[in-house]
Amino acid sequence: MSWLPDSVVDHLREAVTLPDFSATRYELIGEIGRGGMGAIYAGRDTQLDRRVALKILTVLDEDSQASARMAEEARILARLEHPGIVPVHDLGRLPDGRIFYAMKMVEGQRLDAYAQSSASLQERLRVFSRICETVAFAHAQGIIHRDLKPENIMVGTFGEVLVLDWGVAKITGIAREFRAADAPARADTLRGTVIGTADYMAPEQASGAIDQVDARSDIFALGRTLAALVAGAGPPQRLQAIWGKAASPDRAQRYAGALDLSADIERFLGGEPVLAYRETVLEWLARLIRRNQPLVLLVAAYLLMRIALFFFTRR
Amino acid sequence: MDLDTSFGGNQSRFPETRRSAVIDFTSGDPSVRERAAEALISAYWKPVYKYIRVRWGRSNEDAKDLTQAFFTRAFEKESFRDYDPKKARFRTYLRACLNAFLAQDKQAAGRIKRGGDARVVSLDFETAEGELRQHDVASGELPPEEYFHREWLRNLFAMAVDELKRACEEHGKQIQYRIFESYDLREDGDKPTYGSLAAEFDLSTATVTNHLAAMRRALRQVVLERIRETTATEREYKSEVRAVLGIEV
Repeated sequence: MSWLPDSVVDHLREAVTLPDFSATRYELIGEIGRGGMGAIYAGRDTQLDRRVALKILTVLDEDSQASARMAEEARILARLEHPGIVPVHDLGRLPDGRIFYAMKMVEGQRLDAYAQSSASLQERLRVFSRICETVAFAHAQGIIHRDLKPENIMVGTFGEVLVLDWGVAKITGIAREFRAADAPARADTLRGTVIGTADYMAPEQASGAIDQVDARSDIFALGRTLAALVAGAGPPQRLQAIWGKAASPDRAQRYAGALDLSADIERFLGGEPVLAYRETVLEWLARLIRRNQPLVLLVAAYLLMRIALFFFTRR
Repeated sequence: MDLDTSFGGNQSRFPETRRSAVIDFTSGDPSVRERAAEALISAYWKPVYKYIRVRWGRSNEDAKDLTQAFFTRAFEKESFRDYDPKKARFRTYLRACLNAFLAQDKQAAGRIKRGGDARVVSLDFETAEGELRQHDVASGELPPEEYFHREWLRNLFAMAVDELKRACEEHGKQIQYRIFESYDLREDGDKPTYGSLAAEFDLSTATVTNHLAAMRRALRQVVLERIRETTATEREYKSEVRAVLGIEV
């Protein structure tokens, strides 16, 4: 019997599962990451001579629900042309039947890593605002992400964001027309099926009430994402109220849309009153002072001068 | 060329579809049980022998006798019948049986009847002993469970490579196998480039990578069938495939 050293056993374990791209225009460089049903590899498009990311199913059954879901994910991404969504270049099938798609190679760090960085509160909120805009765009196309969380969001060097992993997205309304005619019924649309990540999952999603999952379920996840992004930065009460409203257990209490959430963030950044929080008179005054600091300082200096003059002239 | 389907055509499908030897071992048919016993011995005798030698520090001769005795006793007493796939993987259960057997032997100061009554299984202990000398130093320092798992994996892939080699010889695919052997069975620092393989075999680089991919696909199928043979349920099979190859089936 053959003698195989440890290094050869390890190599074979990897080699026999390496996707075979030899019949395609792509060359495999190495694995970037894996999770759930798919793995992502760095690759090279030999025709265009550029780096790409290749997502491939790790499920070997070519007729599985997972295959259908990945093909659908690629189609969804291809339709969502937005700077915050990674562009898909190609969708194909390997000789062993596995579905793959090629997309732009994303550079940057995941939002959970970014949350640990030294970025200021303002920078973090601007990044978050861009995430909201991207999600709002998808919602406008009839796509609910259903698994928004820091691990599925990338932040580039210049603060640009990319929302990833649309594999469990729900297609609603207008988007349904664009589904492949031969796409099988998705098991995850059955009532009682739970899809998503516990910490970021809206109650209606966690309970498997699929028919109640809508854009507001993503708003819940955005609220939790906001909390994770700024919690360490000592956020003021008004900001806490924003994520509290977004991640309200009662979906009727949440923001109606991702742009409403983004608008409240912009109001917060601009020192304006936010929808999520009713201020006391003192808080209102304090915010007004902070917002109009130069003017307040000027008035205060003027008043001090008048008082000083008043006492000086009385002597 | 698609090795998965064209290897041998309809007459002798490659790789051979395997049944669960763990299940077959409980069959009422003695011939089915015999085949299952052989399959389980092939899959486990080397890891068992090496485990006894390295983790229990027994001598070469002792380890030979104990390996024989362990399997003989397990089959005579039909110990594997008690295996419950809901509680553990079969290889975990087998190692627990082995530990119990060795502890009992130690307590009885070697009184266990070595070699068994019914049969002495013919095993190539000299090769196994030779392999032990080639082991990486670090592998002997692994925790017992990991060491056993590691040796089981080595044996699994070695059997699969041998099966692939036999099939390639039978079906005139020696070139494909030699490319695979030259690239995938060599250690990292020793690997040729695709280009040098292409020159050596007078093929295009694309043909070399195609052959290599087809061989890997075929080897994967063999490994999957071997895993099926040593697992009892679909769930255990899937869990083992995930543990060995990191993929879902």
